[in-house]
Amino acid sequence: MSNSSDAAVRLDDVRKTYKTGEVEVQAVRGVSIEIGRGEFVALMGSSGSGKSTLMNIIGCLDRPTAGRYFLDGEDVSSLSRDDLADVRNRKLGFVFQNFNLLSRTSALENVELPLLYSEVALTGVQLREKAERVLASVGLEGRGDHTPSQLSGGQQQRVAIARALINDPEVILADEPTGNLDSRTSVEVMEIFQALNNKGITVIMVTHELDIASYARRNIVMKDGLVCDDIRVQNRFNATAELEKMTAGEALEVAV
Amino acid sequence: MNSKGFARRLRLLSTFKIAARALRRNKLRSALTALGIIIGVGAVIAMVSIGNGAKAQVEAQIAGLGENVILIFSGSTTASGIRTGWGGAGTLKIEDAEAIRREVPQVTLVSEEVVSTAQVAAGNQNWFTRIYGESADYFDLRQWALADGAPFTQQDVRSANKVCVVGRTTATQIYGSEDVIGQVLRVKNVPFQILGVLTPKGLSSQGTDQDDIVVMPYTSAMKRVLGGGTTLRNINAQVASSRDLAPAQQQIIALLRQRHNIREGRDDDFTVRNQEEIAAAATATTETMTALLAGVAVISLVVGGIGIMNIMLVSVTERTREIGTRMAVGAHGRDILTQFLIEAMTLSVIGGIIGIITGIVASKIIAILKNWSSLISPTSIILAFVVSAGVGVFFGFYPARKAAQLDPIDALRYE
Repeated sequence: MSNSSDAAVRLDDVRKTYKTGEVEVQAVRGVSIEIGRGEFVALMGSSGSGKSTLMNIIGCLDRPTAGRYFLDGEDVSSLSRDDLADVRNRKLGFVFQNFNLLSRTSALENVELPLLYSEVALTGVQLREKAERVLASVGLEGRGDHTPSQLSGGQQQRVAIARALINDPEVILADEPTGNLDSRTSVEVMEIFQALNNKGITVIMVTHELDIASYARRNIVMKDGLVCDDIRVQNRFNATAELEKMTAGEALEVAV
Repeated sequence: MNSKGFARRLRLLSTFKIAARALRRNKLRSALTALGIIIGVGAVIAMVSIGNGAKAQVEAQIAGLGENVILIFSGSTTASGIRTGWGGAGTLKIEDAEAIRREVPQVTLVSEEVVSTAQVAAGNQNWFTRIYGESADYFDLRQWALADGAPFTQQDVRSANKVCVVGRTTATQIYGSEDVIGQVLRVKNVPFQILGVLTPKGLSSQGTDQDDIVVMPYTSAMKRVLGGGTTLRNINAQVASSRDLAPAQQQIIALLRQRHNIREGRDDDFTVRNQEEIAAAATATTETMTALLAGVAVISLVVGGIGIMNIMLVSVTERTREIGTRMAVGAHGRDILTQFLIEAMTLSVIGGIIGIITGIVASKIIAILKNWSSLISPTSIILAFVVSAGVGVFFGFYPARKAAQLDPIDALRYE
């Protein structure tokens, strides 16, 4: 078995069992998947399908009860709490449904957050420069001093994406990233993800919206703790094109 | 190993930055939390300063009695049968004082003392004051110099001359700003010539004006003011050094028992106290007061600490999602623990510093308003500072550990 395969994420018969008192709940019952570098995967399934548990394992927030998990070729299935934290810091970037930005804290300081916990210590100036550059790359140039309450939902999610990008992660993990956003802003976020993916960053996204899943390259559907469907996306949406269509539609509405 | 230690130190540095940012985000909450400590530390400093000030004042007054002084009072607090109290029964005779002067070698100065109150007058002014009859040794013994003029002499004492020395208050009441030296003061209508004015001493710890006084030879006082009588209220004796206090005291007791024909097993009919005993009793009182004040203040400091713990606990709950986010992006449990500890400690140390300043200012203000003295001791400042930092660690640890043990998945999902 070659551990140094080209996969960004490789799961070997991963299982997760929760014990609630006497009752055992099997949330994930043996999942083996491989997600290559540069893929854009939408992880789907109804609630209780085990997709959140699987996402937590992939995100190194949780350890599998059985099976092995290789992230970027490294076996992370049995690492300690602190080692998992270091792996998350170095290799993963998180984007959440409710953004999880620190309130009353400027966008820049929010973006800097992962750097403060990383092994490489930067000076205040270096931190700021790096954060400003990443913020600019998600289209928030000059908004570094705004606090989350001064930003729209879409802008807040961009700050969160910038925070996920700051440590040059191997994989970006997005948990319902468009769940709290309107349709246009959702497409804008997808545009950022597609752009990042085109640059070679692996994106894994949990969603239950079919149209959002169509922006990914691959859809993995879970049911009862198992993968029930794993398909290449046909007729993939291009976010930039969709946004142009929306603008045109709005213009038409205004004209009428 | 070295590079690992270095990395850990850098990480600690980041944690300081993180904690500082977190405190800045909640300025009002930080300020209110620190307020508990400010009040606590401030109260400790102010109370201890005032207590120490009172103690120093009492000590200074006792030192004002003179150095190495033994006081012999007529009457006894422990006499069986009829008990008369200090100075009650006239058991001390002039001859007793002379015997002490003659037979106790350690004794250097002796002053026979009688005390009375009387109406004094000059011209059309009159004043009610205390009359002290003393020997010529009195001024040296009490280390009470004259501001003007000269004291009376042994010759004046021997001949019971009608001369006196007055305190500043008495002088002002009768003569205003006039020069009093050589003036004639009528004490109970007996004319006395004023030889000098004493240096002012101010109020005693009991609040009596020590300068409201007329001092004259005890012989004159007994003959002309008290109207006869041969007993003394007390005898003041001074020994050369504090080492001589105890042996001199023993000898005086033995001598007086012999002179008064007190048989073995009977109680003394006089009381002997030395200045150190009086000082110890008086400072014990003020020390008790200081301890009480400090105790009350320490309670407020503990309440301040509980305030910190309370706010930190609320803050851990309120910031659960934040903690989850920090963990998701790579914070270790230890980072969270350190962050919350630093937050708690920063609040209590800043509170402590402001509290020290507040305490010093408050004690000065109270001292001025109440006309008390305050004495700020460096020990109390250092102690208050260390205690406030300790309060931060002690009361910050439980909430910090609670935060560090959160599960990142639960914390992220916390609503």
